[in-house]
Amino acid sequence: MTMNATAPASARGAASDPPEPDRADTAPGGAPRRGIPRPKATPARRASVFLTAHPRVRLGFLLAAPLFWLGLVYVVALAALLVTAFWSVNSFTGEITTEWTLDNIITVLTGSLYQTVTFRTIGVALLVTIIDVALALPIAFYMAKVASPRARRLLVIAVLMPLWASYLVKAYAWRSVLSQDGILEWVLAPFGLHTPGYGLPATVITLSYLWLPYVILPIFAGLERVPDSLLEASADLGGKTWPTIRHVVLPMALPAIIAGTIFSFSLSLGDYITVNIVGGASQMLGNLVYTNVGAANNLPLAAAIALIPIAIIFGYLALVRRTGALDNL
Amino acid sequence: MRLSRLSRTTLAVVAGLILVIVYVPLGVVLVNSFSTSTSLSWPPPGFTLEWWQRAFQSAGAMEAVGTSVFVAIIATAVALVLGTLISFALQRFDFFGRHTVNLLVILPIALPGIITGIALNNFFRTIMGVPLSIWTVVIAHATFCIVTVFNNVIARLRRTGTKLEEASADLGAGVWTTFRLVTFPQLRSALLAGGLLAFALSFDEIIVTTFTAGSGVTTLPIFILNNMFRPNQAPIVSVIAVVLVLVSIIPIWLAQRLSGDEQQRR
Repeated sequence: MTMNATAPASARGAASDPPEPDRADTAPGGAPRRGIPRPKATPARRASVFLTAHPRVRLGFLLAAPLFWLGLVYVVALAALLVTAFWSVNSFTGEITTEWTLDNIITVLTGSLYQTVTFRTIGVALLVTIIDVALALPIAFYMAKVASPRARRLLVIAVLMPLWASYLVKAYAWRSVLSQDGILEWVLAPFGLHTPGYGLPATVITLSYLWLPYVILPIFAGLERVPDSLLEASADLGGKTWPTIRHVVLPMALPAIIAGTIFSFSLSLGDYITVNIVGGASQMLGNLVYTNVGAANNLPLAAAIALIPIAIIFGYLALVRRTGALDNL
Repeated sequence: MRLSRLSRTTLAVVAGLILVIVYVPLGVVLVNSFSTSTSLSWPPPGFTLEWWQRAFQSAGAMEAVGTSVFVAIIATAVALVLGTLISFALQRFDFFGRHTVNLLVILPIALPGIITGIALNNFFRTIMGVPLSIWTVVIAHATFCIVTVFNNVIARLRRTGTKLEEASADLGAGVWTTFRLVTFPQLRSALLAGGLLAFALSFDEIIVTTFTAGSGVTTLPIFILNNMFRPNQAPIVSVIAVVLVLVSIIPIWLAQRLSGDEQQRR
């Protein structure tokens, strides 16, 4: 999918502009020299020359707007949230008191509710990630290395389509699939089995379903980049299917797989809406944050709880950064 | 590596099964949108077109679609500009803090939505002192949409290199002319792909939206969430869901055509 091929067309477009009439520059020897005309020194030209000669200024122009936006809107907002975690709420007035305290952090770290929910959330996120990778690997491998080009395009469309269907619609779809008189119960009842109903298993199923395309796509892209010639070389050297996959395919696809896990892990870690829709009574970290911001009106405590997923994600990103996974997102 | 016929077939069956699991829930929603049952019971006791009729007459739903499209268009436009600028900075220059800037772009999408949501909610209301409105939603959406444009553009920049631009400069074109006639045509399809993704991301976003939307601002996801648990509204939500999936064929078709065009030219 390179654009290199389109480049000559555009270069031609640039070159086919009507050439300015050559102004005869005089070469040092006195003989008129025909060549590239000297451009007029308009203000735009001078600015252009200045920018070409000063790459740092160019960099400044490029970075100014995005850094201003991300810095102001995002970094300041995030920093303010972190600071809020060390404040407290006056229980009478409901106003935030700007005195430094570690109370919220201590509550979150030692409270049994928070510990239980933290472990439950990490467990769910890990399980979802494992399920998604296990499902994504075979289908991505089939798409990238087995299917014919035509089938591959159809498969890509088939995988992409649910990605564009709304998040809520998909969670809602599972709510009706898993309900007590839903299709799953209808299918399983003749075998004496029952739907898991709403609860933690339903949350894991729904989250795995929601993030599956996000995991398939980077892994598919990663596998597509593994050259077929390497697989043939491995076969020529006597490598059977499994050794080839283990020693050739997986190491090369690892950054892409990790990129996929960042999506499923991080998205699961902060989710609270799916839990509300199919999770029954079980809570995740996102729900605790949500209740503390909304009903309980305790932003400092919510911010302290939010520090847990932030710390986990940063830890995970730092861990996988060396694998080059971040370039595969 | 030569796959045996058995392993090829197994892989094909597994891939097919996964696709079936992916599509069954969507199929159930489709059937439910015609069901006479308001509680999503299966098998449907009967079929009706009532919900489809009511969905298209629902002023709330139509207004929500309008709000979502408005937010998504502006957020995408902002993300296109900022994402392109930052891709050039990170791809064409090496500077102190480059990795930090890279992380900064990824962060709004890597951190869970609820954290971005409460951080921005706190930022708008307490730090800036602005009331939440539709514009706070736009700003929030643009922030996490930058990354989709960034990913597409920087991947394209990595592949195209700077040779053509240098040639253009050698032939006397200024910075602007080079961008217009050489760089931009090379980026066009990457911008379209990134823009489509940004639009879809914004159109579908619910968590950050919940925390940044002023009262009375109802995007489509908020409308769906508000109506999902009401018995008489649930089938209408099914109708909206089906329409959304059908409409999503257009951007997918566009994206496929784009990459198809490129492959043909290659």
